Amino acid sequence: MGALSTPVIEDAPTSTINDDDAGAAAAGSTVDVVVHDLRTATVRELNAALHALPEGDSSRWRVLNPDGTHSIAAGLDRPVTVEIEGPAGYYCAGMNQHATVEIHGSAGVGVAENMMSGRVHVHGDASQSAGATAHGGLLVIDGNASARCGISMKGVDIVVGGNVGHMSAFMAQAGRLVVCGDAGDALGDSIYEARLYVKGRVASLGADCVAKEMRPEHLAELTELLRAAGRDDDPAAFTRYGSARTLYNFHVDNASAY
Amino acid sequence: MTHTPDDVASRGLRESATFDRTTIAAIQHAARTGIYDIRGGGAKRALPHFDDLLFLGASMSRYPLEGYRERCDTDVVLGARNAKYPLRLQTPVTIAGMSFGALSGRAKEALGRGASEVGTSTTTGDGGMTEEERGQSKHLVYQYLPSRYGMNPDHLRAADAIEVVLGQGAKPGGGGMLLGQKITERVAGMRTLPVGVDQRSACRHPDWTGPDDLAIKIGELREITDWEKPIYVKVGASRTYYDVKLAVKAGADVVVVDGMQGGTAATQDVFIENVGIPTLAAIPQAVQALQEMGVHRTEGGVQLIVSGGVRNGADLAKCLALGADAVAIGTAALIALGDNDPALDDEYRKLGSAAGYYDDWQAGQDPAGITTQDPELQQRLDPVAAGHRLANYLRVMTMEAQIIARACGKAHLHHLEPEDLVALTIESAAMARLPLAGTSWIPGQGL
Ligand SMILES: Cc1cc2nc3c(=O)[nH]c(=O)nc-3n(C[C@H](O)[C@H](O)[C@H](O)COP(=O)(O)O)c2cc1C
Repeated sequence: MGALSTPVIEDAPTSTINDDDAGAAAAGSTVDVVVHDLRTATVRELNAALHALPEGDSSRWRVLNPDGTHSIAAGLDRPVTVEIEGPAGYYCAGMNQHATVEIHGSAGVGVAENMMSGRVHVHGDASQSAGATAHGGLLVIDGNASARCGISMKGVDIVVGGNVGHMSAFMAQAGRLVVCGDAGDALGDSIYEARLYVKGRVASLGADCVAKEMRPEHLAELTELLRAAGRDDDPAAFTRYGSARTLYNFHVDNASAY
Repeated sequence: MTHTPDDVASRGLRESATFDRTTIAAIQHAARTGIYDIRGGGAKRALPHFDDLLFLGASMSRYPLEGYRERCDTDVVLGARNAKYPLRLQTPVTIAGMSFGALSGRAKEALGRGASEVGTSTTTGDGGMTEEERGQSKHLVYQYLPSRYGMNPDHLRAADAIEVVLGQGAKPGGGGMLLGQKITERVAGMRTLPVGVDQRSACRHPDWTGPDDLAIKIGELREITDWEKPIYVKVGASRTYYDVKLAVKAGADVVVVDGMQGGTAATQDVFIENVGIPTLAAIPQAVQALQEMGVHRTEGGVQLIVSGGVRNGADLAKCLALGADAVAIGTAALIALGDNDPALDDEYRKLGSAAGYYDDWQAGQDPAGITTQDPELQQRLDPVAAGHRLANYLRVMTMEAQIIARACGKAHLHHLEPEDLVALTIESAAMARLPLAGTSWIPGQGL
């Protein structure tokens, strides 16, 4: 959050930000945007620059021509904003901490996997395992998410504007998954304490996952989640699902359910 | 294998080899309870193992090194293929991944202390990284498991290496479990689970399937840690030749192969005893795979760590001679800390076991304070003294291997080679791809 004097570096590859000053120069500014073109510089250079930012840095970054590159903006731990102008490959914003990552395109497998905090917004569709094992933060997917959305989620909030595929929220431990469209087969299989809200049809529920009553506190948290995701769906139109908690301790009579 | 005690035999009774007493008891247990047996430890059945191999000491055709004067080095570098900071260990005996949850925090601390005292590494396990272990372990390998319990990028960055776990020798193809009695508030908190549930861990990773995806996953882990740390891939021994090739292709810096004798904290007995291949059979397959890919013992190559039933310096020397770069130990390390101590025999008996037989590591009632989360039982383990015992044991193992290596004329443990070994049985000769002692016959290698 050094002193800022450098001009906007629009539409140039960020080879320039590899010298230490440039990264710091962009810090803290709400106007300056560091531009990184993945056709002329590597994802390694981008991530290294993002990781090298000083603590608390809130600079803005634009990534051009992502062309499905993997691991874009993975492992961030500064409150920066990264706009990705096109489709991202696997593990975009993986393990995110504090950062805001906007993907203006589709996202590959495991977008925001194991996110701890911050916000990742896919302005398109997401592939499998979106938000897998994530502990915190908010993942918003405007389009559809594929299979295993929110698999083993551990505290993250996920809002999907469209549908989610089969095995979504498998072994989901904590956090909330909101699906504004339909859910595929085996939703919430072997779920622990995560809460699921689905507006559309659920193809089938997984083992130990059941529909639950929508109490006022659930309507309130759903309203809040939809608002945070910038959506205007009617919370009253959703059904809540969660764990029946019958498989928490092994019992021989349940053997066929495992 | 069965032995009818004399007093019974004298009455003309004979134990069945098929329905022996253990088998009968297992059927009775299943009928009574409706549940299979879950236990700790590794395969108990007799298997072709390191005991079936012998070293050919030097004499006329080979030149030995002077036992107490000439150097025999033991250091090993792991993961220099891609990592900026490879692991540099003083001894090739590492401590295998054992989860906090399965083990007490004090046991993890003791492992860290013992390993650091002799300059080797410890490995986390399912359930995440603890202060106790990170605080004491100079070289800490952080496991990346299917469950991702406690998986935290800060810990990834705090680790010295990362181990992507695909499986364990005790249960290739199986996930994990930790029974409710060990899911205390602290363990539950670290794993984001309700207290007291029987925790299941997935057997497949949630965000990748197959070797092509694994390559991308490894790429992500490298990106997150800025290409600083070695990345290991751990597999349970089954189709080892193919698994090792695929692991290398996916970008592993180090491959860990865990044979079926490898210990576990809690697995179904049927799984432990019937799935996987012996450690001895797995090593040559792994080495062949590495050799064919040109990465075995080469500059910038891929290191092989072998585990599953490694007990002493002879086992260590045999693993290295067969082509491993290092070994990992689980069960033996716990024994060094104090597991199965004869002094605790009375207490083991109260639990229905006995010193030398105790394998209920899943149950959380360990009188030695190692495989438990019980606050009082844990206090029984003094991490400083236990750590020192482990260090002693690691030193003995290393010195034992040096004794053998010098006798074979080697100035470094890594100079041991298959040439130095013969096999005692046809089975071990075929599996280890060594000649039967006194012959030039390697079964299975054609004529
Ligand atoms: C108590 C205990 C806990 C274990 N926990 C893990 C684990 O969390 N992750 C893992 O990959 N392996 C685990 N293992 C397996 C060890 O990493 C290792 O593969 C095995 O112990 C090696 O065989 P050995 O016990 O014969 O030395 C565990 C083993 C034991 C004994």
